[in-house]
Amino acid sequence: MSSDFWIMLTAALMSASCGLLGCFLILRKMALIGDAISHAVLPGIAIAFLLSGGRDSMAMMIGATALGLIAVFLIQWLQSSGIQSDASIGIIFTALFAVGVILVSLNARNIDLDLDCVLFGEIAYVQWDTWMMNGMDMGPRSVWMLGFALLVILTLLGLFYKQFKITAFDPAMAAACGIPVMLFHYLLMGMVSMTSVASFESVGAILVVGMLVIPAATAYLLTDRLGRMLIYSVIVGVVSSIVGYYTAYILNASIGGSIVTIAGIFFIITFLLSPRHGILFRKLQQKRMASSMTSN
Amino acid sequence: MDMLVYIVNDPNIRWIILGCMLLGLSSGVIGSFMVLQQKSLIGDALAHAALPGICIAFMLLGVKSTAGFLIGALIAGMLATVGIRWITEHSRIKQDAAMGIVLSFFFGIGVLLLTRIQHSGNGGQSGLDKFLFGQAASMMREDLYLLTGISIVLIAVCILLFKQFKLVSFDRGFAKGLGWPVVWLEQIILLLTVFVVVAGIQAVGVVLMSALLITPAVAARYWTDRLHIMIILAGIFGAVSGAAGTVSSSMVSQLPTGPVTVLAATLIFAISALFAPRRGWLARLWQHRRNRLEWNNKGGVSHEQ
Repeated sequence: MSSDFWIMLTAALMSASCGLLGCFLILRKMALIGDAISHAVLPGIAIAFLLSGGRDSMAMMIGATALGLIAVFLIQWLQSSGIQSDASIGIIFTALFAVGVILVSLNARNIDLDLDCVLFGEIAYVQWDTWMMNGMDMGPRSVWMLGFALLVILTLLGLFYKQFKITAFDPAMAAACGIPVMLFHYLLMGMVSMTSVASFESVGAILVVGMLVIPAATAYLLTDRLGRMLIYSVIVGVVSSIVGYYTAYILNASIGGSIVTIAGIFFIITFLLSPRHGILFRKLQQKRMASSMTSN
Repeated sequence: MDMLVYIVNDPNIRWIILGCMLLGLSSGVIGSFMVLQQKSLIGDALAHAALPGICIAFMLLGVKSTAGFLIGALIAGMLATVGIRWITEHSRIKQDAAMGIVLSFFFGIGVLLLTRIQHSGNGGQSGLDKFLFGQAASMMREDLYLLTGISIVLIAVCILLFKQFKLVSFDRGFAKGLGWPVVWLEQIILLLTVFVVVAGIQAVGVVLMSALLITPAVAARYWTDRLHIMIILAGIFGAVSGAAGTVSSSMVSQLPTGPVTVLAATLIFAISALFAPRRGWLARLWQHRRNRLEWNNKGGVSHEQ
């Protein structure tokens, strides 16, 4: 298998997982919580790395998911003690990210864990970091991690689609229907943390949020149905990762950066030209209505 | 201890500490207004957006120049705020998602350009990645002059327009009703924030700059109900964090300034949240207990029976 294939497969798996979760984050107006979680998992990764003494995927996954949930919990705790929601997000994620950066920089001698890798990801080397089981080469480790994350997301969303849907649109009604809203909230947050850490190594900490928010927002402008929104979001994410990969290749620059840039360009195009919610169409419609009013 | 004496005696580091304290002071002051206007995370978006501005300025000039970076970051920051406003006004996307989109899109472009510069092998690029987490030790004398200038202007404007900023932050509608140019005043606050963010990037880095705007201001809010005291306290908290960050990062090699500064600010926040009189966690716990005792002494019915 060529390295192109593995890199694009990793990016596509990452953007599919992020795209699915991003839709729920946008609908629940929690885009910035996604941002906070993707920053907050860093100390979890660093601690798991230091304790296990190597890149143990399972330890990292558990450590980071735990930290992500702790971050969500702390943010809610501060909010309930009377601090504005965005201020509490800002306090918690910067503090946790700072702890993570300090842990990483103090252990800079560990060649496997450096700041550049944490920030920008190392998707270009995905092929060489393989998962060995019983002495057998099972293929790139990132692909396994992301595949596992995507599988968990698909299973949970498939099983509880209705519950997630009602909770996303109308939490009060969901609570009235007897759906455990808090449980689904933490389930969603847990999935976001898990995806953040699985995507961490391929696109880096800061760009995970781009893949969570941008494709989902693009899909949000294209349709009014949740099912379609999920599909469009995944398509936008996967197409951006493929186009982004080739762009990075041509420009000789960071793959993660160019994937997010391409997704952003898709968003701008949709924002202007979307048939239902685009600026151009809305202007045209306004004009048509105005002329029909005057002709009457 | 010897290390500390050595640091305090080194005139270069003394200047840098002073610079970081000024930075913390001015970000605490302007951050208070941002937090009260419920725009805490705008600073985060501004700081992330500055990265492509800095990279483009470097690509155009070919050298590292603080003034060039400042202008680049300023333009990028302005574009980012306009973008956020545009998206929220012209589509059904909400503020938080709009901020996430703009922030990550700009940062994505920034990372793209940064890696492109790094791979291009331009000798002058070394240290450009220090903008991510800040390295106060790399500050030059001219950067300090710039920082001092910005701080003086900022504090002067805040004193002169204190009454206006106060009303705009607390009751925008009322200020508008009085016929004040509310939009202009808000733009001035935003512009001052952009200045601080851009000046602070070198010391704290783009990723964590928002903490210097938010954390000292929220910590100060615990101690007082009066705006001018809150602002002074936020300034002091910011200055102390800046000094702590610089001193400890110059004592330990490999330690970037930004995260340590942010942790110092968070520590101050935690102390405030726990121990502040009246609002703090302990004080409220104590009050709660006393209320219950009083209630029981008066012969009221306790819940726990």
